[in-house]
Amino acid sequence: MRGLPWPARLYLVVLTAGAAAVIVQGRPGTLDWRPLMVLALLFLVCESVPTLLNIREAAMSVSFSAVLASVVLLGPTAAAIVGSVAVLSVRPGLPLVKRLYNGAQFALCGYAAGVAFTEFGGSTGVPRDVEAFIPLIAPFAAAAVTYALLNFAMMGLLLRLAGNVGAGQIRWRSMGQLFLSYMGYATFGLLIAGLWSSVKSIAAVLVLLPLFIARWAFGQYLAQQRAYDATIAALCQAVETKDYYTRGHSERVSKASVMIAEEIGMGTERVGAIRYAGMLHDVGKLGVPTKVLQKDGALTEEEYAAIQLHPMRGLEIVRGIDFLDEAYAGIMHHHERMDGRGYPMGLAGPEIPEFARVIAVADAFDSMTSDRSYRGARPVEVALDELRKGAGTQFDPVMVNAFIKAVEREGWRPTRSALPPDGVAAEAAAKDHDDPTVPIQVVSER
Amino acid sequence: MPYGVAPGPLVPYGGRGAAGPRHERGETVTGEHRYGWQTLDSGQLLLICGAGLLVVAAIAKTGATGLVDSDLALGFGVLIAVGELARLTMPGNREVAPIATAGALGYTLLFSVGGSETTHTALEVVAVTAVGMILGALPHLAVGRAPRLDAMARRVLAVALVAFVYRFLVPDVLGKEYKWTTLAVMTVLVVLAVLADAVIAAMLRAEQVRTAFGVAVRDELRIAAPLGAAVGASGILLALAAHSMGMAALLVFAAPLLVTQIAFRKYAGIRATYLQTVRALSRVTEVGGYVEPGHSRRVSRLAVAVGRELGLSEPELLELEYAALMHDIGQLSLRDPIPGGATVLTEPAQARRIAELGAAVIRQTGVLDRVAEIVRCQCDPYRGLDGGTPPPLASRIIKVANAYDDLLGGSADRDRAAAALERMRLDGGSEYDPAVVEAASRVIERLTPLHGL
Repeated sequence: MRGLPWPARLYLVVLTAGAAAVIVQGRPGTLDWRPLMVLALLFLVCESVPTLLNIREAAMSVSFSAVLASVVLLGPTAAAIVGSVAVLSVRPGLPLVKRLYNGAQFALCGYAAGVAFTEFGGSTGVPRDVEAFIPLIAPFAAAAVTYALLNFAMMGLLLRLAGNVGAGQIRWRSMGQLFLSYMGYATFGLLIAGLWSSVKSIAAVLVLLPLFIARWAFGQYLAQQRAYDATIAALCQAVETKDYYTRGHSERVSKASVMIAEEIGMGTERVGAIRYAGMLHDVGKLGVPTKVLQKDGALTEEEYAAIQLHPMRGLEIVRGIDFLDEAYAGIMHHHERMDGRGYPMGLAGPEIPEFARVIAVADAFDSMTSDRSYRGARPVEVALDELRKGAGTQFDPVMVNAFIKAVEREGWRPTRSALPPDGVAAEAAAKDHDDPTVPIQVVSER
Repeated sequence: MPYGVAPGPLVPYGGRGAAGPRHERGETVTGEHRYGWQTLDSGQLLLICGAGLLVVAAIAKTGATGLVDSDLALGFGVLIAVGELARLTMPGNREVAPIATAGALGYTLLFSVGGSETTHTALEVVAVTAVGMILGALPHLAVGRAPRLDAMARRVLAVALVAFVYRFLVPDVLGKEYKWTTLAVMTVLVVLAVLADAVIAAMLRAEQVRTAFGVAVRDELRIAAPLGAAVGASGILLALAAHSMGMAALLVFAAPLLVTQIAFRKYAGIRATYLQTVRALSRVTEVGGYVEPGHSRRVSRLAVAVGRELGLSEPELLELEYAALMHDIGQLSLRDPIPGGATVLTEPAQARRIAELGAAVIRQTGVLDRVAEIVRCQCDPYRGLDGGTPPPLASRIIKVANAYDDLLGGSADRDRAAAALERMRLDGGSEYDPAVVEAASRVIERLTPLHGL
């Protein structure tokens, strides 16, 4: 409780009182306690192993299908009681405040769903046959929608009051996906209710089995995803060991690219792809001889050609990975310029793929705000000014503006690079091909 | 001869997406891909012919007598077709169609629809399943993805197995009312079908990739158990739901099946991308000029083949493959490439340092600790360091595969191959594990007559 702002505390008290009132006035003594016990147990089992979603700090569990089943079988008060069982959740490390909040919230949502169910003409009780079952479907859908919307609203209000989330940060697209998966899981509740007349409580076990396996597969997927991200980061880091000043460059470019991509409203899948594209944009640099990368002074045309080749080399390496085609294009063209004087193809303006225009901005920004052997890191404001200056000639103004907006709102907190390790090849480059303020000089041999 | 390895250096990156990524999706440690009919081996052919005959008989019989309940057949047939359309490839290049199988099992296990008894026969079940699957496979065919006939045959046979027993019992013996015996019979039959399917799959795989049958059975069960349980439970549930909800069960059921399907698809997808990424990024050492082109790929292919010959299970083979692909990654930390990059010819101290550096890079991931350990020990001698214990088997395999490729440099010359193996044999068990060398020579013997490895 400590550490919460007072509006959030007040909110919690109001919710708890509301839930208690709803349960008491529904005269719980008159309910058939046996199915109630089974459903409450089912709820508890589901609640104790939440399905993690790809949303930070929010855990969704499929437990509400048990609440919705009790809406059909026993009515609103029973649904509220089943929801309130969340207080007893055995999830380890869950503080009492959160338990209380969850219990109160689920109880109120369950009650509201129950009311919606009866309002839309659903009759409470075990559906005996097909004739009794079919008319339940529409009221059940109404109950599920009510539950989900109320749940969202309560959660949003809490996050708002606790000061975790600002108004502009609600991601409508991911909310939509969450809503759809809610509706998918809700059907399990209808299944339990429909099967109750024939198989009784075994219905719960049978319904749970595929559900838990799906959950298990999803957990495996998330674990693999994390492992994958860690692996790709480690391998990129290995590529960077050649030049310790560029340590962490890939990861920061990836982060900045994601900021831009989210700001201009790219879909989840594309944001995921640009995250990897940003990470891998410079792997081709390994094909450039170290002495060229670290050469002091002007480059010969031949050496410059070697540098210009690195996006192609990068593409050659990552081609075997099943990314979106856009990610390949982003890696290949991240050194193109809006005025057409970039490399490797000399594309101009809208010919340059969107991913490449995003990565170009992120890349230049990180280069300017990192330490280099020939200069210290520039402050973020100076680097943003440089980006503004280059907008239209080197960078896409849309991406520059999006990035500036994102940085102004969220700030830029890059990970500091570590001290140069001793022994291992830690050579300092005398120039950085990504740095727009220090253009590479090329001397003609003729 | 399943190893479709091109002779010479491995640079098949002609055009984006042309030959490379697509067909490798979902494949983990098998390292091969089959094209159509000509690569089917005898076991698969037998299976496909058996299933084909059954399907033809079932369709002919059903066509002659007509369907008992055409609405029911239509509903489930559509579900099966949709499921077949949404089939997915699990790790190890295993094709599955969870929704189609669950739908077919549900159709098989029906004992009543909304209270009225069902009388469709087993042959009818097979016919509806087969027709649904063929219709669902057509769109795949239209975009050029050839059907995996062996996988389809297995799916049909598993359903047929359940159907012939269960449709004999229902409705005459078990009746149209729900009883606990009905549920028990359903469960036993579904478990048997999943087991039988895993054994058939293991037999095929053992023949295909030349692994021991016992190892293959365990691998198949590890993959099939979770998916089989989910599909089996869904099938039973579908039949029970149809009893109390009628045909509406099919609609209500679409969502739960979809949840399972999506979860498994995401899992299979990330597994495939993971492997592709490690394979792709293992090439950075080649692009950087640290090793010969194609070295990492060739070493990993040989290492996996040898590991399979020595009876490693699939999770172990996956670790072995990762380690083999990344065994040279430590060289990135060197200031300049070693000329030629052949680590078998470098000083032992330097080779060990590269191994240590590579292990450090891999340990950075925080999830591949065992792989890092394999890489760290890759150049330790078989007799052990300072008379200690021998390094892990996977490290010993990589040591042999790496030395072989360093000595051969991707050439397919049989005399040079024999000379390289002889050189490792002469060492007499101090550097190289004799058992691994023998396994490698068997693998190479099998592969070189047709293709260079």
